[in-house]
Amino acid sequence: MGLKIKIDNIPLEVPEGTTILNAAKKAGIYIPTLCAMPELGFTPGSCRVCVVEVEGLTNLPASCVYPVRDGMVIHTNSQRVKEARRMVLELLLSNHPLDCMTCEKSGDCALENLAYELGVKESRFGRREKRLPLDESNPFIVRDLNKCVLCGRCVEICNEIQQTHAINTGYRSSKSKIIAGLDEGLKYSDCVFCGQCVAVCPVGALIDKAAQGKGRSWEFRKVHTICNYCGCGCGFDLNIKDKKVVKVTSNSESVVNGINLCVKGRFGNDYIHRDDRLTTPFIRKNGKLEPATWEEALQLISDKFKKIKEESGSDSLAVLSSAKCTNEENFLLMKFARAILGTNNVDHCARLCHSSTVAGLASAFGSGAMTNSIKEIANASVIYLTGSNTTENHPIIALEIKKAVTKNGAKLIVADPREIELAKYATVWLRQKPGTDVALFNGLMNVIINEGLEDKKFIQERTEDYEKMKKVVLKYTPEIAEKITGVPAEDIRKAARIYATAPCASIIYSMGITQHTTGTDNVLSTANLAMLTGNVGKESTGVNPLRGQSNVQGACDMGALPNVYSGYQAVTDSQVREKFSQAWNVELPDRIGLTVVEILNAAYEGKIRGIFVMAENPAMSDPDLNHAREALKKTEFLVVSDMFMTETGELADVILPGVSFAEKDGTITNTERRVQRIRKAIEPIGEAKPEWKIICALAQKMGYPMQYNSPAEIMEEIANLTPIYGGILYPRLEKEGLQWPCPNSNHPGTKYLHQEKFTRGKGKFFPVEFKEAAELPDQEYPFIFTTGRVLYHFHTGTVTRRSRGLCEIYPEALVEINPQDAEELNIQDGEVIEVSSRRGKIRAKTQITEKSGKGVIFMSFHFYEAAANLLTNAALDPVSKIPEYKVCAVKLQKIN
Amino acid sequence: MIIKDIVYKYGNKRENLIQILHEIQDADPQNYISKENLIRLSEIMNIPVSDITSTASFYTMFSFQPRGKYIIRVCGSPPCHIMGAETIFEVISKELKIAKGETTSDGLFTLEETSCLGVCAVAPAIMINDTVYGYLTVERVKEILAQIRKKEGK
Repeated sequence: MGLKIKIDNIPLEVPEGTTILNAAKKAGIYIPTLCAMPELGFTPGSCRVCVVEVEGLTNLPASCVYPVRDGMVIHTNSQRVKEARRMVLELLLSNHPLDCMTCEKSGDCALENLAYELGVKESRFGRREKRLPLDESNPFIVRDLNKCVLCGRCVEICNEIQQTHAINTGYRSSKSKIIAGLDEGLKYSDCVFCGQCVAVCPVGALIDKAAQGKGRSWEFRKVHTICNYCGCGCGFDLNIKDKKVVKVTSNSESVVNGINLCVKGRFGNDYIHRDDRLTTPFIRKNGKLEPATWEEALQLISDKFKKIKEESGSDSLAVLSSAKCTNEENFLLMKFARAILGTNNVDHCARLCHSSTVAGLASAFGSGAMTNSIKEIANASVIYLTGSNTTENHPIIALEIKKAVTKNGAKLIVADPREIELAKYATVWLRQKPGTDVALFNGLMNVIINEGLEDKKFIQERTEDYEKMKKVVLKYTPEIAEKITGVPAEDIRKAARIYATAPCASIIYSMGITQHTTGTDNVLSTANLAMLTGNVGKESTGVNPLRGQSNVQGACDMGALPNVYSGYQAVTDSQVREKFSQAWNVELPDRIGLTVVEILNAAYEGKIRGIFVMAENPAMSDPDLNHAREALKKTEFLVVSDMFMTETGELADVILPGVSFAEKDGTITNTERRVQRIRKAIEPIGEAKPEWKIICALAQKMGYPMQYNSPAEIMEEIANLTPIYGGILYPRLEKEGLQWPCPNSNHPGTKYLHQEKFTRGKGKFFPVEFKEAAELPDQEYPFIFTTGRVLYHFHTGTVTRRSRGLCEIYPEALVEINPQDAEELNIQDGEVIEVSSRRGKIRAKTQITEKSGKGVIFMSFHFYEAAANLLTNAALDPVSKIPEYKVCAVKLQKIN
Repeated sequence: MIIKDIVYKYGNKRENLIQILHEIQDADPQNYISKENLIRLSEIMNIPVSDITSTASFYTMFSFQPRGKYIIRVCGSPPCHIMGAETIFEVISKELKIAKGETTSDGLFTLEETSCLGVCAVAPAIMINDTVYGYLTVERVKEILAQIRKKEGK
């Protein structure tokens, strides 16, 4: 039963619990607000701007927080209300600088709008100027507390949504102000510079520092697009003025993230207009790269590739596609490799991050992607998080995990050798030795089986080969698992019980699981655990690998892999091959091609003579870099397309200038299988071209008719040839995108996988035995070395190291070392030391931290000056060919 | 007493934060709560630094600046005012050569103003640390200060 009310003489029926503000909204009546953010559940009723008159009440209640009652008669704009609002406004203005003519926020300021609406020019309370110093301590946000109206929005979003707890309200009465940390400026607080506070500030108290003086709201054209950093797939608006991207602002219609963004997404896109962008093609002449025309460059590539193909056969050529490029571009490049070069030697960096996921989950479930959606995470009752430092690598997904724990009562189990930030939220934290995940999973399952906590019905009806798996698992008692992993047996029991008894438990993992010589085994173990307890095929459960790059899911989906076409259709399947062959009007190769590391090994041996690298940087990202760089040097003809000169570009024979995500149309697929539109916001810089145009031009030069008027046309071809993308067409992607599988144009997309049955029919258990990492510490190299990313940088640093703010806040590589180890080696915090493995050595500053376990050294791989991958081991997982980035042996030496 | 023990004494619960802050301040020879101590407390109690600072800064009884060993609080409420608190304040200020909120260079005294001490019957009154002194006259105040100085050997 609804409540009948009358609001400004409009009769209305609303459900119980509706606030007056929301009822008014429903009636199409606008009530001004300053502090409330009802869409985020924040209605403190403190600013008093939203007051209304309710017949029979003596005071004026704040509409944002006051619930309607049956028969209520409300006036939202009566004389009394207007006078009260004016009073509130004048009180605020007596304490607010009236420098609107030079204020960044002008045009988009709630206070300014309110003054305009109520016609308030002066405050009857005079002026009481606060003279607080500006907080410009950090490169991203300027805080001008003189303009602050103490609405509390920033405190709310920082503490309740972002949960960084960097700021709060300090002092009292007229001295009240927002404080950061110890009240010493944002830079010295726990702030992670997500800028959520800037997004919600109603006035000019919090401002995007880099955009200061570069335009105000009415001057910008806004283009809604998708962030090009990690795999979360956050939407935001690029703000364009004078053909330049000036800043990023939140767009609340973004389906994945709402208004939430991280520091990279919000403040890390200034690389687009760096003056060292590549603006013309380059050709190596007499050992030097010299500017050239497109015509010259494409002719040379065409001639060389044709010649190599004639002399040594198609398989002496290879392409590396890119998880940073669009689906359309990945599709075209794999088409280029297969239809024009005639080889299946096509791969990309997913090989280095999640190939074991694709291999493992495809074997167990039939589909190698996140089973569930990001939004479902917050409703899981238990989350088993392993091998993912989500806070730094997938910041927006970390918000969902925090929400699950702090708002929805979920229990979090963290299994990670590092004390990651989310360990603070964990009910149990299992600190396994790097490379012992299989033993840990088997230990957990041993407990579940022995205590009868398995889901017998699910196992019986929906899976196969259970007994085979059980036989192996029974060997791994918690005590045996403790010996291998170092995790106390009691903790294993506790975690197993929590996971197994949860109504819906979700496993979330990332590269801590995949980047091992046992990567596929690790992934199979996650699938085993989920199936054992029936935690697949339901909402908020499943096995959820978090993909690293913006379009790494899409690049895989598009068949930028040596064994499949788009939609994981095997190149060895003659029917499939026939389909593509007919569509493309060429004969197609049937032999599975080489993977990234294999391509470089073959190049090292001279078997691969020509490589086309699209927007990737193997000379930084591959393991055992000395070897990889040597291989690229030896490659007879290396073509690289990229926005910037990279470590790989320096070794190239031809460089083609590519564009940023702001300069092209297309689609990218995020980690939850959601295909979303990126939109062109500015023209390409200089003579740079979007990669899809480059590939088409090169194909035509080589005599193959590859022509499309737009990426939408390419998507039509993809949809025709790719069952899981069958219904994914541009007109359907305008708003929220679509999650594959989406087989036809009426299909709404798929929120979670394996609902009734697994993609492969029955879920398959695999018995998995524990195997040690390929290289373990010994007398000479006593430490375990493990690698990863940090919040402020991305991958090989090609773009983040060109972002001013990101570089200022995190300028150099750090070697993370446990305090005990540091003491034993007499190493001071910040001291430069030498780290060496059997393959190379680097020097970098130390950071002494409990985050690293004893005997474990962590480094990020973003910095060329101290490239972690000079040390890593190129030992491969036998199934997926992923290298073991997460474990190798190193030694530390003091310099001098 | 180290912070861990103070937290243990009251119980590691948010509702005990104010008592804990008081004791941390009292335990410090300089009668204040240092930044290091706020950070340490935040780690022990698992409450964000910004949150503890928010709470502590709300109360004027907590100081984030080092203060003297003896904190002189002169009552500024009407009864004391009428009975000559202003003069008392001036005398102390002159005697110690410090203004309101300042600390003597030897680190012995800090001069503050306070609202009602609740001893109006003996106005004008001051409080030095936990001891209240009433029926004050100029001579009496000088005498009190001299006694403390003598005790401290300064």
